[in-house]
Amino acid sequence: MTTSARDVGVAEPELAALPAPRRGPEFLYFARRNVKLLIGVSIVGLMLLLAIIGPFLVPGDPNAYVGPSAEAPSSAYWFGTTTFGQDVFAQFVHGLRNTFLVGALAGGIAAAIGMVVGFTAGYRGGVVDEGLSAFTNVILVIPTLAVMLIVAAYLTVRGVVVEALLIGFTSWPWAARAIRAQTFSLTAREFVDVARLSGMPSRRIIFREIAPNMSSYLFMTFILLFGGAVLIAATLDFIGLGPTQGTSLGLMMNNAVLWSALQLGVWWWFVPPGLGIMAIVGGLYIMNVGLDEVFNPKLRET
Amino acid sequence: MRRYFLRKLLIYLATFVVAVTIDWAIPRFMPGDPVQTLISRVPAGDPESARAITEYYNSVFGLDVPIWQQYLNFWSSLLHGDLGISVYAFPQSVTSVIWHAIPYTLGLLIPAILISWWAGNKFGALAARRKSLDNTVLPVGYVLSATPYMWLGILLAWGLASELQWFPISGGYSLSVEPNLSLSFVWDLLNHWFLPFLSLFLVAFGGWAIGMRNMIIYELESDYAHYLEALGAPQRLVRRYAFRNAVLPQVTGLALQLGVIVAGCLVTEIVFSYPGLGHLILEAIRNQDYFLLQGSFLFIIVGVLVANFLVDIAYLVLDPRTRAGMQGGRA
Amino acid sequence: MALRVEDLRVYYRSLSGDVKALDGVSFAVADGEIMGVAGESGCGKSTLGKSLIRLDTRMRYVAGRVDLDAAELPIWDDGRMNPYRYKAVSIVPQYAMSALNPTRRVGRMVAELLQSRGIRPKTVMPELERRLDLVGLSNDVLRRYPIELSGGMKQRTVMVISTLLNPSLLIADEITSALDVSSQRAVAEMLVGFRDREFVKSMIVITHDLAILYQMADSILVMYAGKLAEKAPAEAIITAPRHPYTRLLISSLPEVGVRYTDRKLSGIAGKPPALLDPPVGCRFRDRCPLASAKCLEEPPFVEVEPGHHVACWEA
Repeated sequence: MTTSARDVGVAEPELAALPAPRRGPEFLYFARRNVKLLIGVSIVGLMLLLAIIGPFLVPGDPNAYVGPSAEAPSSAYWFGTTTFGQDVFAQFVHGLRNTFLVGALAGGIAAAIGMVVGFTAGYRGGVVDEGLSAFTNVILVIPTLAVMLIVAAYLTVRGVVVEALLIGFTSWPWAARAIRAQTFSLTAREFVDVARLSGMPSRRIIFREIAPNMSSYLFMTFILLFGGAVLIAATLDFIGLGPTQGTSLGLMMNNAVLWSALQLGVWWWFVPPGLGIMAIVGGLYIMNVGLDEVFNPKLRET
Repeated sequence: MRRYFLRKLLIYLATFVVAVTIDWAIPRFMPGDPVQTLISRVPAGDPESARAITEYYNSVFGLDVPIWQQYLNFWSSLLHGDLGISVYAFPQSVTSVIWHAIPYTLGLLIPAILISWWAGNKFGALAARRKSLDNTVLPVGYVLSATPYMWLGILLAWGLASELQWFPISGGYSLSVEPNLSLSFVWDLLNHWFLPFLSLFLVAFGGWAIGMRNMIIYELESDYAHYLEALGAPQRLVRRYAFRNAVLPQVTGLALQLGVIVAGCLVTEIVFSYPGLGHLILEAIRNQDYFLLQGSFLFIIVGVLVANFLVDIAYLVLDPRTRAGMQGGRA
Repeated sequence: MALRVEDLRVYYRSLSGDVKALDGVSFAVADGEIMGVAGESGCGKSTLGKSLIRLDTRMRYVAGRVDLDAAELPIWDDGRMNPYRYKAVSIVPQYAMSALNPTRRVGRMVAELLQSRGIRPKTVMPELERRLDLVGLSNDVLRRYPIELSGGMKQRTVMVISTLLNPSLLIADEITSALDVSSQRAVAEMLVGFRDREFVKSMIVITHDLAILYQMADSILVMYAGKLAEKAPAEAIITAPRHPYTRLLISSLPEVGVRYTDRKLSGIAGKPPALLDPPVGCRFRDRCPLASAKCLEEPPFVEVEPGHHVACWEA
């Protein structure tokens, strides 16, 4: 373009008039006002509080037989007892703690692998991308449950860590894909070219330039992975493929069904664990929607 | 277009090989001697079957046979349809046990997947354009999609079956009835089928409705929608285009969700003691029946791969850009 | 007069208040006239173009009157405005490259669009094909998907589609911004050709590129910060501008043949004012070399010569 009056004046297209927002305070301003985010955080926060404090309120082995069998919730036993006379509330809060542990650990592992694969594939492109994408697609199709079947058949003693590892190692593919797509679009931008020209090594470019620009996206991805891990863990525990020691929300439901709680109407045995999972996962999803609105100005309702 | 299929096929083949290899390899990484562990689990008694099992074990795990040969033996028996003998349903072969259970699982899965996907999409589209509907659909949808499959099953089983006695609580059909082709048997089957189906359907439905609603809102903000509106096109035309375009990522989403729905189906069967693959897996775990587990694993993998392939074909039909020979969108 | 705009005010809603993007503009465009609208980004020219056909959800009509062919355009009422869209007023949008539905063949999309507007496609198809020919596209385009067409082809296709029903007024919104110089020229010639063949009666061409306007426009309207600065025949704007802003704009254009080691490129110091809370009086006051105390009072947009309007005390 030779002759152009565009070079005169600076301004952004569209609304030149809005004051340029700073990142930190602007985010908090919107975060505090977003209803969905607040609701989600409150729900998850409440459950987390329960998970941390709860076990101190009811110390001891949650699987111990402490009370009369199959009693409805009362002031003595807030969530009633199982058909074996175990304290449902004790099981609930201990299970909640395990749920958070598995969720965080598995989510973290999946996020880490997803980031490594996604960033590398997105940044390098070409053959590296093709290879990693093929690898991702292969893992993507294999359901976590199926792999767990095989492992569980052989490992007779399993802990929370093993479960978390397995979930983490099998649920990263969709995160890798999403991160890869985002990385592609960011890599095409000029500031990455400048970084490359200045001789920055690739790893630093990814961590110093690209990742911070995606930080909100990465955070949201982690939240979804966390929620997904909680659901998968509950499913595994329900089938009996979960940790062999301790208790968990899924295991509570497994036992309830196994010991005819449905037919006997012992609803306080199976309603709280399911409700707990639904609260955590639902809260996380709502949080995610709220975060999306906070980070993405176009979605905000004026 | 052929390249598209070839690539997909290659990936699926690779996945199958990886899965089978994992299946074969894991016992070797577990602590202890696999052969002894397995043999010790075989019920003592029938020497004939015990020998058959030991033979199978040895060909697959045989320590006197080199590793690569064990691997090949495994593949050869696999391709012959020999998945070993079941411990739980001794002395039936794993293949026949699974074969009897598969129709029940498919009978739940296929209608649940198809109907929930279709209905969820329609409903999500409806919610996207009516704000009043949207305000109720959105939270309900999120709640449903956050509900663990087995818990909804439990609630339905407890509420509608145990408490209200509207439906039977377990089984594929009533114990007192002999399977036959009469109408009353079919009715009995449907009665037992309904609750597990409903449970699967509802959770999946919630997810699709939310997804579609979001996709439609996104499409309605696109350039082509704005152009049409600027030229005075009625909302019904714009919505029609938006729906058509929003369906595509939903199809891709279906492929991604298959593993989750299959897992959901398995746990739902467990809740209702529905005689499908899920129920079988539970028994296999309880009885430490490795071969049944392994067989189930392979069936699941094959099923998921086939389903993925079908979804890919559907995507090809729906997205004219792939047919035109270009990769327009990101699949 | 084909188009007459009186004191049009359209604001944008924002969290901090109303952004006064278009704050009282009045002008007229005659039948057969191509008027260019030029100005910096954010001056309100795109808002002007959009408000004449369809307000988007953030825009708010505040005041003003628009008449097209002696009938008032109800631009504030989305429903009542619809019969005019495409038939009386049409637009070639800024995003012409992505304006076509990616999953529909072009011909089918046009047919469905026509049908939805109550026009039988068969009656218009021959004309559509003739016009595609005219702009150098084969009829094959109708059978293709947008992804199979190049950017230039899509641009031309959209231009043909938008003018298919021979609108009285065509709004061309920044359609040359994304093109290289030779494509720009082709598009400019195409638009003038449409006017000459009477596919469209009058045209408003929105751009920041004064040079293109000099090539194709009959008159040029210069906007600044939501208000009009100057309107005159193209020749007058380029060779004898009267508003200080226009003068500075013209003089800051690079010239062919001048070496800039001798004379530096000059720009206009400063930035346009924020329109949330615009300054009192003339909005160019802060950057204007001719500013004085008088400029605290807003200058009216008056005709200083036949066909030449300026909003400046010093003109």
